[in-house]
Amino acid sequence: MSNLSATLTPVPSGTTSPVRKRSGFVWLMRELAVKRSAQIGGSILILLVFCALFGNWIMPYDPFLVDALNRLKPPSLQHPFGTDELGRDILSRIIYGSRYFVTISITAAAIAITGGVTLGLLAGAGPYWLDSLLMRIVDIMLAYPYILLVLAVVAILGPSLTTAMVAVGIAAIPGYARLVRGEVLSVRQTEYVEAMRALGASQTRITFRTILPNVMSSIIIYASYATPLAVLSAAALSFLGLGAQPPIPEWGAMLVNARTFMRTAWWTVTMPGLAIFISILAMNLLGNALRDVLDPRSSR
Amino acid sequence: MVYYIIHRILIAIPVILGILLLTFFIKAAIPTDAVTALYEGQVTEGEAAEAIANIRAKYHLDKPWYQQFVIYVSDVARGDLGESIRTRQPVMDEIGYRYVNTLLLTFSALAIGVSVGVLSGVLAAYYKDTWIDVTATTFSLFGISIPAFFFGLVLILVFSVWLRWIPVIGSGWQGLILPAFCLGLIEAAPLSRIARSAMLDVLGRDYIRAARAKGMRESTVLFRHALPNALLAVVTIIGLQVGNLLGGAFIIEVIFGWHGIGELAVQAIQWRDFTITQAVILVGAGTYVLVNLIVDILYAWIDPRINLGT
Repeated sequence: MSNLSATLTPVPSGTTSPVRKRSGFVWLMRELAVKRSAQIGGSILILLVFCALFGNWIMPYDPFLVDALNRLKPPSLQHPFGTDELGRDILSRIIYGSRYFVTISITAAAIAITGGVTLGLLAGAGPYWLDSLLMRIVDIMLAYPYILLVLAVVAILGPSLTTAMVAVGIAAIPGYARLVRGEVLSVRQTEYVEAMRALGASQTRITFRTILPNVMSSIIIYASYATPLAVLSAAALSFLGLGAQPPIPEWGAMLVNARTFMRTAWWTVTMPGLAIFISILAMNLLGNALRDVLDPRSSR
Repeated sequence: MVYYIIHRILIAIPVILGILLLTFFIKAAIPTDAVTALYEGQVTEGEAAEAIANIRAKYHLDKPWYQQFVIYVSDVARGDLGESIRTRQPVMDEIGYRYVNTLLLTFSALAIGVSVGVLSGVLAAYYKDTWIDVTATTFSLFGISIPAFFFGLVLILVFSVWLRWIPVIGSGWQGLILPAFCLGLIEAAPLSRIARSAMLDVLGRDYIRAARAKGMRESTVLFRHALPNALLAVVTIIGLQVGNLLGGAFIIEVIFGWHGIGELAVQAIQWRDFTITQAVILVGAGTYVLVNLIVDILYAWIDPRINLGT
């Protein structure tokens, strides 16, 4: 197959041979490594994942430990981010909360991408009636503003942390499905797919080995927009009391009680809020770099 | 033009029916039987069973789903959104004034978002790669990354608690200032990005070069030739942005105690009040479809290149 694609891809004359492969994971990482925004965003995200995995060893205090003598203490050397209304160390709670942030991001993105790609492939590569049926459903779901779709799922499943993750993921499915279907339809028209078909490759093989890799970069670009939005919505749900419930130190949920003490203890609101802001910023920075690499037209 | 408008409205009808169907199923899919929950532990079991049967008959819960759907659609068509499971008041009474409040907030925010976003985007494009561009791009990156609820709390902290300029929960237009700015500035971020790239696209076109070659004043080139063309790209996405704004309004309303349908929806989900949840989702989605319909028609009217025959 690699021989086949090599003969079908026109190699521009004048380029140095051997031709550098302009796809694949290693190529992508190499391109990203030289982008400033990818360096900053990537480092913050790696730190987050590190906190999520090894938080238990680096937390200065127990995030659930109530300390009545140290209630609402401002940031100090003992408590760099201060303490909350029950005397719990906010820095420890934020470190502990990183695991929720990482889990929510991965779960939401996984649900949205798996669901959306499956529906998109079924619609784009499947029979016509299935395409019409799926796309009418997607049309209707896209007629809802995103957050209303999320709220609808929460109303059905009942408020909890799991619901929040699932809801923001499900609500993002129609967007992916629409995108993947469109990309599949256009890739299907290309000569290399036609060549595969002429060689007698099965529909399944064409779909997964030829079409899917070719729509991958569009999926990644879309995910770089959709994932931060989904994670923000999950945090908003927790803040509204429809997601993670206190005392779980999920960052959005940490703000719920903190609101009450905002006038006297600004750090209770600012610290978890900044944690969300910086993490989403990191995602968007990495997303910008990904788009620059995968879609050179987008950076002008 | 008339043909186009009729065509566009006809397309919207199946979408609205689809929204009605999906919204209808939200109620069907809620597993907790709200009727049972209402009477749990309040009366003896026999009385409860009878009361539940009565309620089921009253809300047509004993009929097959397709009959329930027909009843639902005809009720909605008559402006009857049912009555709240919890308060027993007609949902319409509760939603009516709150809907106006949400619209007021959404459109004030839209006005702020469009003016700030378009202005900063256009300036960023015109002064590409200068400090103006860098500042505008950085702010728009911050704007798409900051959680709306956190930004709202920061605004309250700064303007109400520290500076004491605006009361935290004001009435009338005073209560509208902070939430509208909060939502508007967040909305300005994506709009600024789009305006910037649309303006860059237009500034590279031949007709701009031609205009400059004729020796036109730079301000004329910018405001008479470039801006109207760049704005077309912005208009197309305003309809989509209203969806974001409605969603953002839901969160902002809770923070600022602005009595809109978002605040109501959040309470209703916590109370398991399915008629209100359903009604808010229906009204929100309906508004979104309607706004997009209007934007499409406006767009065809502004841009003569749109093929009205299709």
